[in-house]
Amino acid sequence: MTRYVLRRIATMVPILLAISIAVFWAANRIARPGGDLAINPRVSPADRADYFESLGLNDPFFVRYLSWLGDFVRGDLGTSLVRNGSDVWPFVRTALANTLVLVSLAVVLSLAAGITIGAISAIRRGSFTDYVATTVSFLGISIPVFWLGLMLQLFFGLYLANWLGITPPLLPTAGLYSPGQQGFDLVDRLRHLVLPAMTLSLQLVAVYSRYMRASLLDVMSSDHIRAARGRGLRERTVVVRHGVRNALIPVTTQAAVDMGQLVGGLIVTEQVFQYPGMGRLFVNAMVGGDYPMLLATTMIVAAAVMLLNLAADLFYGVLDPRIRRGSR
Amino acid sequence: MAAAEFPVIERPSVLAWRRFAHRRIALVSLAVLAGIALATVCAELLAPYPQGRTHATDVLADPGRDYLLGTDTLGRDTLSQMLYAGRVTLAVGVSVALLATFGGTLIGMVAGYTGGLVDAVLMRLTDTLLALPGLMVVMMGARMLGDSIFDVVLVLSLLGWMAVARIIRGKVLSLREQEFIAAARAMGAGPGRVMFRHLLPNLVGEMAVAVSLATAGAILAESVLSFLGFGVSAAHTPTWGNMLGGNEGFMTIAPWLVISPGIAIVVTVLCVNFIGDGLRDAFDVRSDGRD
Repeated sequence: MTRYVLRRIATMVPILLAISIAVFWAANRIARPGGDLAINPRVSPADRADYFESLGLNDPFFVRYLSWLGDFVRGDLGTSLVRNGSDVWPFVRTALANTLVLVSLAVVLSLAAGITIGAISAIRRGSFTDYVATTVSFLGISIPVFWLGLMLQLFFGLYLANWLGITPPLLPTAGLYSPGQQGFDLVDRLRHLVLPAMTLSLQLVAVYSRYMRASLLDVMSSDHIRAARGRGLRERTVVVRHGVRNALIPVTTQAAVDMGQLVGGLIVTEQVFQYPGMGRLFVNAMVGGDYPMLLATTMIVAAAVMLLNLAADLFYGVLDPRIRRGSR
Repeated sequence: MAAAEFPVIERPSVLAWRRFAHRRIALVSLAVLAGIALATVCAELLAPYPQGRTHATDVLADPGRDYLLGTDTLGRDTLSQMLYAGRVTLAVGVSVALLATFGGTLIGMVAGYTGGLVDAVLMRLTDTLLALPGLMVVMMGARMLGDSIFDVVLVLSLLGWMAVARIIRGKVLSLREQEFIAAARAMGAGPGRVMFRHLLPNLVGEMAVAVSLATAGAILAESVLSFLGFGVSAAHTPTWGNMLGGNEGFMTIAPWLVISPGIAIVVTVLCVNFIGDGLRDAFDVRSDGRD
C-alpha cells in the first residue's frame, strides 16, 4: 500500500510540473508581471527598464519560470500587485480556509443526501419516489449553479423576508459575517453558510444520487447478493452490508473525478454570495490582472484537486480490498 | 446499408428511432426544444421590438401589456432580447458540442485503434486535462483569446473533447477485436480506412449521446463564462448568459431580468439532457443512472 501511494505521488509530480509551465505561460499572457507600471505613461522608459530588470522580467521565459517555481516551492508566493504590495500568502491562507469549510460542508451534505436518495430510488425502483428523484436530479444537473444562487438570494433575501415582515432576512445572502459582528460567532457564521452550501450542493446531490442508483441496481443483481439472501440474512442487512457498501465504490471514484468540476461551482457560488474564498480570489486576480495572485490561486487549486483525486483513489482501495492486494 | 436483402433485420437507425420515440419525455423534450429553436430562428418575426431597440422612457419597466417580460436598464424589451440572445446561445452550444464530439471521437479512435505509445500519450493528455479545474482553465483561455462568439466556441471546444475521447476509446478497444475489423484488415484496408469506414459507423450511438450531453454542458458553460464576464461580450451580442450577468445588480428591483433568461437556460438544458438520455437508451449506449 505504501509503495502504491508513493508511486501515485511520483506520477503526480511531472503532471504538476507540466501544469505549472502552462499556468505560468498563461498567466504571463493574461496579466502584466510588472503590474500597471508597465503601461503607466508617467514612468520614464529608463525607470521602467530598471524596474523590469530588478524583477528579472528581461530574462528568458524558462529562467523566469524556474525562479518563480523555486520561490513557489519554498513557500514564497510573491507580493500582490493590487493589494498595496502585501504578501500573497496570508490572503491565500484565509481564502483557502474559507473555501475548505464551504466545500467540505457541501460535499459531506451532498454525499449523504445523494447516497440516501440514490439508494432509496434503487430499492424502490419504478415507484413514485424513484420517479420524483430521477426527475429532480435531471433538474439539478440542468440548472446553472449561479442562477440557483441568485434565485435563492431572491427568495430568502427578498420575498420570504418581505412576506414574513422581518429584517434582516432569516438567512443572510452575502459575506461571512453580519455587518458589525465582533469576533467569532458560530451561529452567525453557519447562517452565512446555509445558502452557499445549498447552492453548491444541489448539482452534486443530483449527480451522486444518479451514480448511487445505477451502482446499487448493478450490485443488487449480482451473485453475492443472492448468496447473502440464500444464507437467510435479513433484507435490511443484505442491502446495507452487502449492497450499499459495494455500491459506494464507483460513487466515490466519481465524486473524486468531479472535484475539478466542483471548483467551477465553487467559483460562481463564491461570486454570487460574495464569499471570500479561493474562487473569488481567483476571479479578482483575473479581473484585476494581479499576476502573483493569479499564479498562486491557480496552482494551489490545481494541486488541491489532484491531491483530492489521489485521496479518493486511496479511499477506493480501503473500500475494495481487491484493489489494495492488486497494487502490491 | 443492405436492408433490402435482409428484410427481417431492421435498420439500426429505424430501430433507434423507435426506441427513442417510445420514451415520452424524450419526445416531448424534442418538441419543446424544436419550438425554442424555431422561435429564436424566427426572432425577427416574433420579437415585439427589433434587436437592441432602447426605450428611454421605459427603463426597468414592469412586465405588462407593452413589455411582456419588462425592460432592462436601457429600456430594451426583455422578451425580444431573449429571442435574439437564444439564437446565439443555442448556436454556441451546438457548435461547441459538434466540434468537441468530432475532436474527441477522432482522438479516441486514433488512441484506441493505434494503441501503444500513441494511446499512452493521448490518454495521459486526456486524463490530465480532465483532472484540471475546468472552469479556471476555460476562463484563462477565454481571457487569452477574446470575447467574440468565435473565441468562446473555440475555447469551450478545445477543453470539452476529453470525456468523449475516453468513451470512444473504450468502445473502439472492444470493437477492434471483433471479426469484421480483422476481415477488413485481411482485405488490405489501412488504418485510415478501417477507422473511417468500419469503426466510425459503429460509433454513431456514442457520438449522438455525446453531442446532446455536450450541448447541455456547453450552454451551461457559456452562461457561467458570460455571467462572470469572460464570455461573449454583451456589448455586441446578447446571450442568455450575459443577460443574466449584466442584470444581476438590478435583481431586487427588476427580478424578471434575471428570472426569464435563467428559465430559458434551465428549460433548454433540461430538454437537451432528456433527449440525451433518450438517445442513450435508443442506441443502447452503456447507461449511467438509468436501466
